[in-house]
Amino acid sequence: MSRHRAAALAFVAVLLPLQAGAAEQVNVYTYRETKLVQPLFDAFTKDTGIAVNVISASSGLEQRIKAEGANSPADVLLTVDIGRIDEAVQAGITQPIKSAVIDETVPPRYRDPDGHWAGISMRARVIYASKERVKQNAITYEELADPKWKGKICIRSGQHIYNNALFAAYVAKYGEEKAEAWLRGLKANLAQKPSGGDRETARDVAAGKCDLGIGNTYYWALMMNGDPDKKPWAEATRVILPTFEGGGTHVNLSGVLLAKNAPNKDNGVKLIEWLAGEKAQQIYADANYEYPIRPGVPLNPTIASYGRLTADPLPIAKIAAQRKAASTLVDKVGFDN
Amino acid sequence: MPGTRLGVTVRVRHPPMASLHDRPAFEEQRLRRLSKHEASSRHILVRNAAARLLTMRASVRASRVEFIALGIALLVGLMVAAPVISLAVTALQPAVDIWPHLLAYVLPQSLRDTALLLAGVGTLTLLIGAGTAWLVSSHDFPGRALLIWLLPLPLAVPTYLSAYVYVDLFEPLGLAHRTLTLLMPAAEAVHWLPHLRSLPGAVLLLALVLYPYVFLSARAVFQAQSADAIEAARTLGAGRFTILRRVILPMARPALAVGVALAALETLNDIGASEYLGVRTLTVSVFSTWLNRGSLAGAAQLSLVLLGFAALLITVERIGRRNANVEFSAENPRLRPRTKLAGLKGSLAFAACLLPALLGFIVPAAYLLGESLRRSLAGRIDPSLWRDALHTVTLASIATALALMLGLIVILAARWRPSRTATAAVSVAQLGYALPGLVLALGLLAPLLALDGAIATFAQSIGLASPGLLLMSSGGAVIAAYVIRFLAVPTGLLKAGFERIPRDYDDSARAAGASRLVTLAKIDLPLLKPALLGAAILVFVDCLKELPATLLLRPLNVDTLSTSIYQYASRGSFEEGALAALIIVAASIPPVIWLTRFSDLPE
Repeated sequence: MSRHRAAALAFVAVLLPLQAGAAEQVNVYTYRETKLVQPLFDAFTKDTGIAVNVISASSGLEQRIKAEGANSPADVLLTVDIGRIDEAVQAGITQPIKSAVIDETVPPRYRDPDGHWAGISMRARVIYASKERVKQNAITYEELADPKWKGKICIRSGQHIYNNALFAAYVAKYGEEKAEAWLRGLKANLAQKPSGGDRETARDVAAGKCDLGIGNTYYWALMMNGDPDKKPWAEATRVILPTFEGGGTHVNLSGVLLAKNAPNKDNGVKLIEWLAGEKAQQIYADANYEYPIRPGVPLNPTIASYGRLTADPLPIAKIAAQRKAASTLVDKVGFDN
Repeated sequence: MPGTRLGVTVRVRHPPMASLHDRPAFEEQRLRRLSKHEASSRHILVRNAAARLLTMRASVRASRVEFIALGIALLVGLMVAAPVISLAVTALQPAVDIWPHLLAYVLPQSLRDTALLLAGVGTLTLLIGAGTAWLVSSHDFPGRALLIWLLPLPLAVPTYLSAYVYVDLFEPLGLAHRTLTLLMPAAEAVHWLPHLRSLPGAVLLLALVLYPYVFLSARAVFQAQSADAIEAARTLGAGRFTILRRVILPMARPALAVGVALAALETLNDIGASEYLGVRTLTVSVFSTWLNRGSLAGAAQLSLVLLGFAALLITVERIGRRNANVEFSAENPRLRPRTKLAGLKGSLAFAACLLPALLGFIVPAAYLLGESLRRSLAGRIDPSLWRDALHTVTLASIATALALMLGLIVILAARWRPSRTATAAVSVAQLGYALPGLVLALGLLAPLLALDGAIATFAQSIGLASPGLLLMSSGGAVIAAYVIRFLAVPTGLLKAGFERIPRDYDDSARAAGASRLVTLAKIDLPLLKPALLGAAILVFVDCLKELPATLLLRPLNVDTLSTSIYQYASRGSFEEGALAALIIVAASIPPVIWLTRFSDLPE
């Protein structure tokens, strides 16, 4: 029996640190990759002394928070996409962030009028164009369905959240019928069945499988400045900032929300305000290659080299409202088949 | 590793062992048949009464322990059934807005992809597994002894690792492409690369790591081919291939069915490889319906369809296992001598058998080794690797200990007090492995959270601070998932182990006055050491490799080796997880070797 008692004690001793302890804590559920957010959280802990407990996943966090209910330990939800922001709000797992700092720092276009979420950084969905095979320097999203690009475009799954947001923006601008026609045209231009991620898209363009690839701004910069193995992929391509015909590049927000049943609500608000502060925004710009949301923070040189970003003025809430329609259309035209 | 569920045993027939329980009834019947005289009957009745008195006295003393064991066994059965029940309940919720969409666009494609994948993997594993097993068991050629150990090793490579490694090798600008570029321009070389991110690619990659299931079960049968049947066929004029087709294969069919069913179940369970390779199986659709389309009810309904497939496969496996036990007479065990293959034929046989092992194990292992060395030399090892490894080992150890304990109790309950309920509990406990990890995790969410809520309410009612979500936050959810999924291993192995312990030992101990627990501790457990050890190794490694349930249920600050590899791969930088992957493969090799030894007949 004593062996069992020792085992039980060991169980408790090992796992207890996994739970929230006694010191100041804040629990963050994030879609961002741990490696990218850990420097941010370490800096936060250094500044404020509040420990950050993280769980990161590539999907399912708001469903998990919803399932966890009133006892959920989540304080802050950090997302990578407006779709996730919208789902969190729809799922009813958020509460308004009442913070003057956020109201002053984040432009009204990039935060919820009801205060449930705020954008922390921005990224655009752009074109990776082959340096040797593509001569033009400007392109529109609408042009991607033009038959002249037949067999020349690479993209990841149409159901992936980044594409879902882009397609939702198209639906919000032009309506479902025109969007369906555009998707069919785009599908006909694909060089291969959608698979992999944005990095694979850049690789396929570099390898000659296609001329145009669709991906996010930071992936290209990461390839350029990161693993030397991947640099040739970035060097064989250049980034074109596409626009809609009415003007404006599609942008997506990385957003932050406060959980409804947050056990450490004040620490959560502190973290959110810190993320909008200069130090955090600089880290976002430099280490994560994103567009900072706080005006006046300088861009990373690689990002700045893409050219001047004119963001699509369509309100985020309107884009988010069309996500389901976009997802249905992707299934309907058999985009991923 | 469900190799123990291969359960194909080769039993040597001995005269039936009579025990204290059986003897009165047995002898009573025999004597009644031989003589109808009353004097003999009275003699029997007196003896029976004495026997019954002995057992009754012992049984009254032991009944409390037996009932506790039975109670726990029933709870375990309930625990294993809980996810399925919870899914069924969730599925009953109307998912009105999503079901028409699923029916029109998602379900046909998923059903088609799943069916094709299962058919493809089943056929290919059958060909590779049975073919190599036949070559290795019935023939003698140089290198055969090495192949016996090498061929099952792909079991050490999880399905998702096979996908990540081969895609890395064969994608544009990967190793294969760079090698081809030495011979031709890069743009042309691209067209020579195989499209692994496709259904045929998935069939190939999965079959390469799953064929050992068929190999091991086929080998068990081919090894014990009785010479008699084959010689009889030969005297009737059958050639070698006719014998194979009409004598050996039909005898082996049940065992082959078991192997293929297991490979198919593992295919259904897989999500890492299918998602990565762009195959939209039912499992992937369950995932995306819940997460991208936000419908838990829809996901639950799809899960039930998935479980239907799994149920079909288990039925095949169970029927196969019942018929697969080969018996041959112990008095004259004439095994068929192996045909010698020399020269060119021998080399061809060796090459044919080496190829699957090469592609299924050596290539992935070498790749992981190479990448790990490269990164450690460049100092680019992620420091969180050791933390992840610690988490993995902790969770796996606790789950292994729990699974062993519960498996033992369930088997004991059926052995001490055989009854229909106990046998049912054992059967249910063994069904956990049929639940794909993702479905299991989804099904566990509701019961676990309800339990956590109850604990929190109780704590608050007695004045303690709310502990939050105790089970979810402590890793208890992950451990529960592991235990449910892998309980079949200890129950299967211990059941087989107990079958080898004659009941007489138990009965003699009881007649001598020892209680159930003392008998267990002093007699049964020491005899079961090999089975316990084997079960511990297999469950531990299965927990190391598990991915989908861990992804969904893990608590804050916790990543395991497999979830960290998955996250690297999702970002397109799988090589950064090479060392973690290498650890998993290396840790899985000893159990595979143990499994090979366990199912090998002594020569």
